[in-house]
Amino acid sequence: MREIAVKDITKEIADMCIQANHYLSEDMDQALKVATKEEKSPLGKKILEQLQENLTIADQETIPICQDTGMAVVFMEIGQDVHFVGGSLEDAINEGVRQGYIDGYLRKSVVGDPIERVNTKDNTPAVIHYSIVTGDKVKITFAPKGFGSENMSRIFMLKPADGIEGVKNAILTAVKDAGPNACPPMVVGVGIGGTFEKSALMAKQALTRNLNQKPEIPWVADLEKEMLEKINGLGIGPGGLGGSTTALAVNINTYATHIAGLPVAVNICCHVNRHVVREL
Amino acid sequence: MDRHITLPITKEIAESLTSGDYVYLDGQMYVARDAAHKRMMEVLDRGEELPIPIKDATIYYMGPSPAREGRPIGSAGPTTASRMDKYAPRILDLGQKAMIGKGKRTKEVLDAVIRNHAVYFAAVGGAGALLSKCITESEVICYDDLGAEAIRKIMVENFPVIVVADCHGNNLYETAILEYQK
Repeated sequence: MREIAVKDITKEIADMCIQANHYLSEDMDQALKVATKEEKSPLGKKILEQLQENLTIADQETIPICQDTGMAVVFMEIGQDVHFVGGSLEDAINEGVRQGYIDGYLRKSVVGDPIERVNTKDNTPAVIHYSIVTGDKVKITFAPKGFGSENMSRIFMLKPADGIEGVKNAILTAVKDAGPNACPPMVVGVGIGGTFEKSALMAKQALTRNLNQKPEIPWVADLEKEMLEKINGLGIGPGGLGGSTTALAVNINTYATHIAGLPVAVNICCHVNRHVVREL
Repeated sequence: MDRHITLPITKEIAESLTSGDYVYLDGQMYVARDAAHKRMMEVLDRGEELPIPIKDATIYYMGPSPAREGRPIGSAGPTTASRMDKYAPRILDLGQKAMIGKGKRTKEVLDAVIRNHAVYFAAVGGAGALLSKCITESEVICYDDLGAEAIRKIMVENFPVIVVADCHGNNLYETAILEYQK
């Protein structure tokens, strides 16, 4: 049994809030560079160049990449041989978010109640997903999510008879409807299978996967490639103002499902696809 | 066409703008998003005056991140304009001339743009750090309790926007896509 003090979790999370909102991961940075080179529309190219410049300014002057610094989504993969000490883990995570968003000059975008809508003023609570794995490590993935693109995300409860063509249509429908609202070029996270909530969770997790890492199942890898081509053929383009770059990547996760169902969740993220991973 | 325009945008300027124009704005504009618009509607419903002079006003749909020491404002990119669709026609009818945001608008808003000789600009979504550098002054003028959603008066220099919907009925989101559609 390995003991981990929850105050160490707080410290990590606070730092991850700031890191995620000022620097994109290497794979995202690279994908944007390639897109800028290959974009066919002159206006689209100009917009992609602005996005590159935006990343440079964010980095050099410590200004958040986007003003929507998101709702804090935290994935906690906890080794079953870990014992947390010194207080509540959930409180420690939220304290990390509170410190990160206040000390990091990040926007507080969370309201405490969806109808009464009073801002909590410290961006808490976070949305936390726990999973228990083997070992004695803790892997934290911090992925703040902006709502311009979150609002354009969808779940489709398809019939088994709809098959792969139904899945393709669902993904294209979600992207078409999102259009300029989701700040393209986007990253499209897809969850296929499971139950209603499992598909949504897989779609969210898919967004945190390294863009260069391909799925092991051949049909899933093929589908990712085909959907990226189809989406980029929609013409939506950077900023939704026309062009050949509508998405930078399509990441798909799958799971077993019920004999009667084919859930498909599409979680859309803008080009500011933020995620930081640390292991303790 | 690239253009430089000093605010305010008048009827004449709005009429000269065409969907697809790339425009750099200089001067004063207001910042308001969801909660501030809701309050402005309540003010109008009570028969009171709006908290900002609305004639020829430009409203930027935006909620900034907090400003660091020595800076006028934090990250400051556009928010999705469709959430203001419910409110925009009423304010345009009162004299607002320009909206800056991102994303599609309803027919009601586009009709109000034509009717009032106004314009809808898009700023590049997710370029909050870059756009922050084009803002030289920022002051909260009301609804301070709304935090990031308070109404601000800002001064901008070389603030880059693209004309999406002009008062002649053109809409770049519809036309630009066709060119690159496969």
